[in-house]
Amino acid sequence: MKKILEQIRGNKWLQLGLLVGYIALTSLSLILAQRSVAAFLLLLLSFLLLYYTKLPNWSKWAIGLAIMFFILPFSAMQGPAYQEYMDVATLVGIYVSMALGLNIVVGMAGLLDLGFVAFFAVGAYTYGIFATAQASNFMPFGTYPLSGNSFWIFIILGCFVAALFGVLLGIPVLRVKGDYLAIVTLGFGEIIRIVFNNLDQPVNITNGALGLSSIAPPKIFGIELLYSNQIYFVVLFILLFVIFAVRSLEHSKLGRSWKAVRENEIAAQAMGIPLVKTKLMAFAIGASFSGMMGVVFAAKQAFIDPTSFTMLQSINILVMVLLGGMGSVPGVILGAAVVTILNAQVLNELTMWFNSLSTAGIITLPDAMSPVKMQRFFFGALLILFALYRSKGLIPAKNVVYDKQKFLSEKGTKKRLQSVAAPKEDEHGHTGS
Amino acid sequence: MAILEVEKLTKTFGGLTANKEISLQAEANKITAVIGPNGAGKTTFFNMITGVYKPTSGSIKLRGESIGGLKPHTVAKKGISRTFQNIRLFGPITVLENVLVGMHTHLKAGIFGTIFHLPGVDREERIAEREAYRLLEYVGLEEHYNDEAASLSYGSQRRLEIARALATKPSVLLLDEPAAGMNPKETADLTGLIQKIKQEMDMTIILIEHDMKLVMEISDYIYVLDHGELIAEGLPAQIRHDKKVIEAYLGKGAAEEQEAEG
Repeated sequence: MKKILEQIRGNKWLQLGLLVGYIALTSLSLILAQRSVAAFLLLLLSFLLLYYTKLPNWSKWAIGLAIMFFILPFSAMQGPAYQEYMDVATLVGIYVSMALGLNIVVGMAGLLDLGFVAFFAVGAYTYGIFATAQASNFMPFGTYPLSGNSFWIFIILGCFVAALFGVLLGIPVLRVKGDYLAIVTLGFGEIIRIVFNNLDQPVNITNGALGLSSIAPPKIFGIELLYSNQIYFVVLFILLFVIFAVRSLEHSKLGRSWKAVRENEIAAQAMGIPLVKTKLMAFAIGASFSGMMGVVFAAKQAFIDPTSFTMLQSINILVMVLLGGMGSVPGVILGAAVVTILNAQVLNELTMWFNSLSTAGIITLPDAMSPVKMQRFFFGALLILFALYRSKGLIPAKNVVYDKQKFLSEKGTKKRLQSVAAPKEDEHGHTGS
Repeated sequence: MAILEVEKLTKTFGGLTANKEISLQAEANKITAVIGPNGAGKTTFFNMITGVYKPTSGSIKLRGESIGGLKPHTVAKKGISRTFQNIRLFGPITVLENVLVGMHTHLKAGIFGTIFHLPGVDREERIAEREAYRLLEYVGLEEHYNDEAASLSYGSQRRLEIARALATKPSVLLLDEPAAGMNPKETADLTGLIQKIKQEMDMTIILIEHDMKLVMEISDYIYVLDHGELIAEGLPAQIRHDKKVIEAYLGKGAAEEQEAEG
């Protein structure tokens, strides 16, 4: 047994073969089983297996994209639970993006933000107000609701509006640190929700507690995207952009300065890193991911009200980051997926299963004990377990491994960075390896 | 020529005067040492120069330009870099990345350029990586470039702090007790490194240090602080026999004894 495992670990072709077999098996079982949560989850698990194979990066991406764009939708399409599956997959995409945004703030820049859902709300209301007749209450020009064609512009708009709110929040809030910052952001999250709840007077902007209904669905080439299987692809594109952006930022000048600020503010400043600007960038970029998904969420649900954006949502997203591994991009993706699937599917299915058992008279379960109602308990227990046994998360953050051959030999690197006072060593060309 | 001129710098914390009217001139391409017993106010002095503390009164001029009261990151940009008495590395990131952080002010990459991998950004990054690696070679840490900074030995961490400070391409380098906690071999190596930096990089260095052997060996000029005040200044040979200095370090009795012997 040990020998076989070792062989699998060493041979990437064997890994590829096994992975393809696994994907074929799970997708086939999803097609054949009319409604099987297990098959669906097992198919999703193939992403994790893919992450751990030793294949080159481009082929990992190719296989991953193939699963996301073709295999998953196609296998789910065959059963009656098609829309349910795609709904879960869409939610996973939305939450992964948000968790990646929060990861920049909490994981990379080390700023504990407990009101992150506020930016999601800002994005959702930005689209919600203009894609319903609501905007005609206060806008002096234009006719509302805007058509679903405007959705695509609103994704970008939602991104910028949320970023703006991130900066506006940041300016006063960043004067405080650590625990105080957490409390102030918690307050900010609640303030945003309460403002949306009460902004139906004197001018009715948000329609208050009644919320906004019949928000225009996105429209492209005259087709309205009404169903989860259609929205899924919109989410997928945004998610891929978010992952791409996060990965680029992580090991860039900006990403390094976030980590420097997180580790030691005084030393970071002594290296010429402006504290406030760097922190504001983290807030703005994190918020913008959340804002984009807020727009999608509003369009998908077609109805939003302030109760969708409570503090528990913020905590939920934070749990995803903590569970996955602070500062670790693959970890946070996994964490967000696990929490969302637990929330949206596993607990529901378990409850249904228990219900059917109790109606059959096999067990008796009081209503208060049904898994859906114990959601918070499960998350609490999970967090405690992780804090005790795996405090760095499911996939802990890893440092980038530099290849010295690459930067030492590359052509065109004769050029030097501009400098105030070039050390003498530069002119002589220090003889290295 | 003096690159850094400090005049009558004073810092009070409430009723406590940490620095009282201290004046100092750091000559270009020289090593100026600031010594004094624990609690004499040396680090406070450094913190004012680098902008961590705002001076209560007095002026700091870098090449004639006033930098007193500026924010730390602006001071760093103007060309003053420092190391810390209690090591302040970015522990969990790699050794190379620590040095790359030091290059912050020299990288032009903007947010959109970074996200969309504009060609200039990637090239700039490669150049920065190469330069950072060269600096690691310079201080002798190139083998560890992919290691976590926190995993380095104490002496190596101090060297990494120097490499990181050099990465900002400063015109004045402030070293706050670079030999603290080092064994004699490491201290000797460090002495060589500091001299090499001075000569090969034309660096102006201001040094706080307790190791008298090191101070006397490499300093061109010495300032002595005690209880927040400047009690002596001069060439190493002069300071060695200064009565006030011996008194500050060893007490009054020792100073008299020395005098009797001398």
